[in-house]
Amino acid sequence: MEHVIEMLNITKEFPGVKANDNVTLQIKRGEIHALLGENGAGKSTLMSILFGLYQPDNGIIKVNGETVKISNPNDANDLGIGMVHQHFKLVHNFTVAENIVLGQEETKKGLLHLDEAIEKILYLSNRYKLKVNPNSYIQDISVGMQQRVEILKMLYRDAEILIFDEPTAVLTPQEIEELMKIMKEFAAEGKSIILITHKLNEIKNVADRCTVLRKGRGIGTVNVDDVSLETMAEMMVGRKVTFKVNKKAPRMGDEVFRVENLYLQSANSERMQLNNINFNVRRGEIVCIAGIEGNGQTELIKTITGLTPHKKGKLFLEGKEITHYSIRKKTMAGIGHIPEDRHKHGLVLDYNLAENLILQTYFEPQFQKFGFLKFSSIYTNARALIEEYDIRCGKGPYSIVRSMSGGNQQKAIIAREMDREPDLLIAVQPTRGLDVGAIEYIHKQLLSHRDNGKAVLLVSLELDEVMNVSDRILVMYEGELVANVLPEETNENELGLYMAGSKRGEVHVS
Amino acid sequence: MLAKFIHFITRTENRISVSSSVLAIISGLLFGLIIMIITNPLESIPAFFTIIFSGFTDIGRVLEIATPIILTGLSVGFAFKTGLFNIGAAGQLMVGAIAAIYVGVEWTFLPSSIHWLIALLAAGVAGAFWGAIPGFLKAYRNVHEVVATIMMNYIGLYFVSYMVEYRLYDLENARSLTVKESAIIPYYGLDKLFGRGDVNFGFIISLISVLIIFIILSKTTFGYQLKAVGYNKDASKYAGINEKNGIVLAMVISGLLAGLAGATIFLTGVSGRHLETTEVLVSEGFDGIPVALIGLSHPFGILFSALFIGLLEQGGFYMQGFNFAPEIIDIITSSIIYFSALVILFKGFIVKLYKKNNMKDVKG
Ligand SMILES: Nc1ncnc2c1ncn2[C@@H]1O[C@H](COP(=O)(O)OP(=O)(O)OP(=O)(O)O)[C@@H](O)[C@H]1O
Ligand SMILES: [Mg+2]
Repeated sequence: MEHVIEMLNITKEFPGVKANDNVTLQIKRGEIHALLGENGAGKSTLMSILFGLYQPDNGIIKVNGETVKISNPNDANDLGIGMVHQHFKLVHNFTVAENIVLGQEETKKGLLHLDEAIEKILYLSNRYKLKVNPNSYIQDISVGMQQRVEILKMLYRDAEILIFDEPTAVLTPQEIEELMKIMKEFAAEGKSIILITHKLNEIKNVADRCTVLRKGRGIGTVNVDDVSLETMAEMMVGRKVTFKVNKKAPRMGDEVFRVENLYLQSANSERMQLNNINFNVRRGEIVCIAGIEGNGQTELIKTITGLTPHKKGKLFLEGKEITHYSIRKKTMAGIGHIPEDRHKHGLVLDYNLAENLILQTYFEPQFQKFGFLKFSSIYTNARALIEEYDIRCGKGPYSIVRSMSGGNQQKAIIAREMDREPDLLIAVQPTRGLDVGAIEYIHKQLLSHRDNGKAVLLVSLELDEVMNVSDRILVMYEGELVANVLPEETNENELGLYMAGSKRGEVHVS
Repeated sequence: MLAKFIHFITRTENRISVSSSVLAIISGLLFGLIIMIITNPLESIPAFFTIIFSGFTDIGRVLEIATPIILTGLSVGFAFKTGLFNIGAAGQLMVGAIAAIYVGVEWTFLPSSIHWLIALLAAGVAGAFWGAIPGFLKAYRNVHEVVATIMMNYIGLYFVSYMVEYRLYDLENARSLTVKESAIIPYYGLDKLFGRGDVNFGFIISLISVLIIFIILSKTTFGYQLKAVGYNKDASKYAGINEKNGIVLAMVISGLLAGLAGATIFLTGVSGRHLETTEVLVSEGFDGIPVALIGLSHPFGILFSALFIGLLEQGGFYMQGFNFAPEIIDIITSSIIYFSALVILFKGFIVKLYKKNNMKDVKG
């Protein structure tokens, strides 16, 4: 009995797409097993099958050598399988403890009894250094914290097989490091871990073996120590991937966008969320806002785009003041926005892909006449973008966006925003959740956007991306810009110091 | 074989919708049958078939019953598509009704050829106004529309009683005055075509409304915006859609439809229905909710579920031929309706069940 989990010849078909095609995955006890594949390769689907959310059309699952039928997540729980989903499944107005016990509540005389549960939660969180307050509400805690809740949820149910679906996409580098440590600890205790991630160095760091999927098919399983990053990337996309982007020297022109003396006061305290922000972006330039998550980047972008109203400060696009423009007017004036939260702001999940691709432009003559939608051009538009940006989904323009894979949802937003050819493209973590091939592609797109004489304002938490793509770096710390540096004249160490607030540079509008 | 059939109808989302509606209706009927068996076991089976099928011999009456609830169903369903739960169709209907009666009784200066039309429009405008108020409160004051529409129901109810008692009172019959001949919605021969019953042009108006709402929702930029707001307010804001306007407009249209329903009920002759002073909300207003639920808020679904309910109520009338107390019949018909609606709330579950059956068959 060597394997704790065996998924043998699993096939799962959705309308128009074979998400899994005869895939085999075998997990040993105490190993960290990475699952690697392009966006839409079928990773989440395979794990959803193991967790009982989908039934396979074909194939069998063995747990500890015995064939089992996993009809729903409760069955999975009983078999010791737990999962942290790509998009968390927590009840926002419940407390941490309530979320963890949900479905397994202890009741006494019909009343919810949480004392013992809280004790167990505290014990687990101490043991694995997963700091949480069981009594906080989910809506009040950070994304990293929410993930800890999801992990505790698995541990609370005594899971022995832990599935992590892209856990690091939403974490800061520090949080990622902690998570990796915890995973190793789990493995040392004999728990088995399945880790989905697009970041190859994470696989290199923690995983023992790695199974690669491509377009629903299993390509093979390798020992991580025996292969290079390049080989893994190649197995995954089926061609060579260059990790370093080929960047021409920028040819900068006039100023496109300027922010002057921008302030934003926090809604429920005296604290300034944005404190006297001044910067500009020129034609042919990619300006990157770097910083540790939660230092005001989100607020800055929301203020610029108009999602959050503000009182003090001015915005200029092409020399014209746009401070008080409505969101639509800003969009029409030439601002594109790839938002941070793709499910909340970027997409109407229950609309199909074609409908989502006209979200800001449905009223333009191209797509309507006398108030009637021109479906043929709406779908032609969608087909063109699907082709150009390689968006992969079962039913093409008719795919309901909710059913698309996370990375392909992201590609849809990028396609929509870049296709309008905005003078200023604001991209907030545009490559979050994308596979290496797609990241390479998006970086190329950002660069060609800039080479076409447009401006790009990029917000990124990934130092790699910051160093590779940008022409100028602004660092944000506690709501202020603390550095304005060129990538050639700095390094990751120095950026780290700025980001941690232990160093300040000169910041002036160039 | 069965699995094949199920597979066939579950191929696309539409088919899932249709089949879950049908399944809901079937379970509602079975639930009704159980009540019949409990209350009158001997006659339960023939009575059961009577309630389902006898309506077919009386299409005219069925259409007459269906006319206003198609409109209130559309009212609730349209609001629902845009993310709003309009419980206020009853109030909007009554305010519409009183406006129609007022114009029908008082505005005798109108040319008789368009008198009824103006009365009908007055009902629409009044209903729209009544819907707009909770719309404004929701959009600009963040008052939940359920609370606001319930309150508007009661304000509307007392306003209507006042109007009936002090302005439009028919002393002899203790009810609202009958509208002038010229304000009665014309028949254009529909009553003859469908036999017994009172089918008038109101039925055609309800059909036209179904079509218009269908077109608005699925073909226009206006519908695109409204649905986007209903599905995801934050994304709509991001896209530059004015979600506040959307909310108000959706409630205006929703109220307008309910107001028209009021006109189709009360713009009739001496033998038709009249508003009483007993201070109850007209039931067609609330029937809109199960109609919209069973029809899954789709205009065509609403049309069919309203016709189904018409059939059921007319069948209930014939059930009186058996030994059932009229109250029991009422209980039975409304149980069937509300149980069906309830089942729809578990649509997701039904879909899952289908898929499971499907899967087993593939393996076995
Ligand atoms: N419920 C569903 N209905 C229809 N198609 C689906 C459904 N779930 C997934 N798919 C399709 O199956 C394919 C695989 O999706 P899956 O979510 O497993 O990809 P993934 O490997 O997790 O990708 P990503 O890295 O982008 O998250 C995609 O083409 C997706 O559109
Ligand atoms: Mg996925």
